[in-house]
Amino acid sequence: MAESRSTSTSTSKARSPKATPTPTTDGTPRRAVVVGGNRIPFARAGGPYVRASNQDMLTAALDGLVARFGLAGERIGSVAGGAVLKHSKDFNLTREAVLGSALSPETPAYDVQMACATGMEAIVGLSNKIRLGQLESGIAGGVDSTSDAPIVVSDALRTILLDLSRAKTAQQKLAAVARIRPNHLAPSAPTTGEPRTGLSMGEHQALTTAAFGISREAQDELAMASHHNLAAAYDAGFFDDLLTPYRKLTRDQNLRPDTSAEKLAKLKPVFGTQLETPATMTAGNSTPLSDGASTVLLASDEWAAERGLPVLATVVDAEAGATDFVHGRDGLLMAGAHAVPRLLARNGLTLQDFDFYEIHEAFASTVLCNLAIWESEEYCRERLGLDGALGPIDRSKLNVHGSSLAAGHPFAATGGRIVASLAKMLAEKGPGSRGLISVCAAGGQAVVAILEAA
Amino acid sequence: MSDSYVNLVNSGFTKTLAKRLGLPRPAHLRRHRQGEPLVPGPVLVVSDAASGDAADAVAQRLLDWDLDVRRHADPAERHGAVVVVLTEVSAPADLGAPMLEVGSVLRGLRPGGRVVIVSRAPEDAGSTATAAARQGIDGMMRSLAKELRGGATGNQVVLTGTTAPTAPSALGALRFLLSARSAFVDGQPLRVADGGAEPADWERPLAGQVAVVTGAARGIGAAIARTLARDGATLVVVDVPAAGDALAQVANEVRGSALQLDVTADDAADRLVEHVRSRHGRLDLLVHNAGILRDKLLANMKPATWDPVIAVNVTAPLTITEKVLAAGAFGDAPRVVCLASTSGIAGNRGQTNYGASKAGVIGMVRASAADLAAAGGTINAVAPGFIETDMTSRIPFATREVARRLNSLQQGGRPIDVAEAIAFLASPQAGGVNGQVLRVCGQNLVGA
Repeated sequence: MAESRSTSTSTSKARSPKATPTPTTDGTPRRAVVVGGNRIPFARAGGPYVRASNQDMLTAALDGLVARFGLAGERIGSVAGGAVLKHSKDFNLTREAVLGSALSPETPAYDVQMACATGMEAIVGLSNKIRLGQLESGIAGGVDSTSDAPIVVSDALRTILLDLSRAKTAQQKLAAVARIRPNHLAPSAPTTGEPRTGLSMGEHQALTTAAFGISREAQDELAMASHHNLAAAYDAGFFDDLLTPYRKLTRDQNLRPDTSAEKLAKLKPVFGTQLETPATMTAGNSTPLSDGASTVLLASDEWAAERGLPVLATVVDAEAGATDFVHGRDGLLMAGAHAVPRLLARNGLTLQDFDFYEIHEAFASTVLCNLAIWESEEYCRERLGLDGALGPIDRSKLNVHGSSLAAGHPFAATGGRIVASLAKMLAEKGPGSRGLISVCAAGGQAVVAILEAA
Repeated sequence: MSDSYVNLVNSGFTKTLAKRLGLPRPAHLRRHRQGEPLVPGPVLVVSDAASGDAADAVAQRLLDWDLDVRRHADPAERHGAVVVVLTEVSAPADLGAPMLEVGSVLRGLRPGGRVVIVSRAPEDAGSTATAAARQGIDGMMRSLAKELRGGATGNQVVLTGTTAPTAPSALGALRFLLSARSAFVDGQPLRVADGGAEPADWERPLAGQVAVVTGAARGIGAAIARTLARDGATLVVVDVPAAGDALAQVANEVRGSALQLDVTADDAADRLVEHVRSRHGRLDLLVHNAGILRDKLLANMKPATWDPVIAVNVTAPLTITEKVLAAGAFGDAPRVVCLASTSGIAGNRGQTNYGASKAGVIGMVRASAADLAAAGGTINAVAPGFIETDMTSRIPFATREVARRLNSLQQGGRPIDVAEAIAFLASPQAGGVNGQVLRVCGQNLVGA
């Protein structure tokens, strides 16, 4: 077993010496590999998963993964997962999902939360533990329900209710209750608004879109490609070993295989309508609110080999980024563009050294603005401190099996969707192939990562 | 899916009423539960004069199984089973004495009792009179099975060639037919040749075996997966991607793995082989259970109702078996079991497509027995009769009631009954059963 590991590691070294991660203390770099993944089809908010909780969906995604890899009753080193929209009762969401799954109840779990990069951060964290030798196996997960979103009471009412719970005498209780006013009773539903700017994510992106002058046609074209690519992948059976149906849904509900430039062109803009420039962002080139869950099985080479499990790709390296969107200096969703150059430099790679690019389609224009930044000599020099532009990418390598515009985007589940799909694409492409992932997140953040065929 | 009539006629006031009215009173069938005795009472071993030594040898093996074995009929005794050894009969006149002895104890046969006749194949007989006697046993057994009540069954082990009644395969078949595992197998002759081996543990005869079950997400397929797992096998369960959630549940329940695969896809066999090879190194048991129905009168039949039935039910088993054999992915003693149907034997109105596919399976099993034997294995089919499943629960009430009662046990079988027969055919002790179609139909009138 040890022999086969050293062989495979040295092959990986020989293939791309610069991509070898920093060795661990004992000098033997160890790989964290993606064995595979499983997700449930993504549904539109208020769709078939309207009565499914985050825990229900994450458990279903876990159980499908367990079944695919024959892990029933197994103790996994750690399960890390999370949700962006969480009920307070879901403080231990991932552990509760594990307990409800077919995994051994002796499998520990912890929750992660980094907005839409939650899934990516869970994957990166577990991979690092595997590379360090702290874990042999790990499952990263992410789930979100915008249908079963928590609704909270107003801060004023919350204060009164807390006082009420502390009240001892009937008089104190009455006094607390008497403070409740009708306007206290309006619930606050979660929004995608940024707390520091009050702008929704779409409005933020509309500012960036306008700043980069991204056209409506370019956005619609990207959206159309996303639908057509995803539909083709389904038809080719690409998702047969990446997805398990749930609540009678067998494909992503948002997928429109027959969408066209004409249909997309008919949609009315929904974001940026107050700006001076023409509004270009529509429901067609923006991701819908979605429900869904995804999981990724990560392991050491030895752990996978002992079970005869496939090894699709290695998680080579990752980098988080954040932008100064609060002061309007950067776009809210441009942190990926900022983080990628650092990741490339550390790994001795150029932006063109990849076979696949998976840039999360929060909005079509998010992807296009990212590309515009990398192509801009000025931006790269002045804002990113580079010697010049990173340059263009081969667009035929971008989101080749579709992305969030078509699949939907249950926030924390997107990282797992992308990593599992990319790992499979790299395995199919063959040794030496490499993929770049960028997932932007609320709060002006992003996580970017490099995967390589194992 | 439940047959409440069986409950009604077996308890309380409705039991008395049914008795008075002379209504059919199907019994609760004796089904396998770990730790329960093989048979519900003493076993009487009867034989014709010439088969005495063979009967003694069989009786000795039954004693080895810790059974309470009797060699002389006592009409006052309540037997759990009667084993009738008629391997050496040479003329029809030889049948009278042993069978009348059997008759003397039938009234005392316990509920869930068994009558198993061990005989030889007529075509191997050295004389016409012997062939007549041996063939006579077949009709006699089928008639006897129709007389039995209280969930008791009558079946026959037909030894081919020079197979000894104590050969592992003969004893394996005898044990299956005596046991609760054969609850819904009734009035059937099971042809057995030499081969096979006694399992190390009769409760887990499939220990260490890697099994693939197609169409395993629900119904009979899920029952097969559970039963093979109970008997010790490691499971790979297969079903179409659209049934993936139910499939995952089954996989996790049996601690196996799920493979979402359309068996009619061009690369189905390759993906199956890749999966079992990488996970387990090989494949020992392959159960072709996936099947579909698209009933239409032939006059109304379209390609959309004909083609998929043939593709799923018979072309896929054919192709996959061939490719797995060619790939050398089978272990040392492969077992292939296919799902045929009584519709493939007797035909059924509106099922020209289904009948063609299921009879096709029977043809495939018979024709490929030699290939499998060359690989050290066997291929057999199980032909279920009326089984209580989601599918049959959608049959209109009256039709369903009639269909259920049209067999000697006066009730529909359960998915587990089909699964038990498959688990038996997959077991080491069934190594001498090859190219056979075992009906699990409660001795249905259709196609008998």
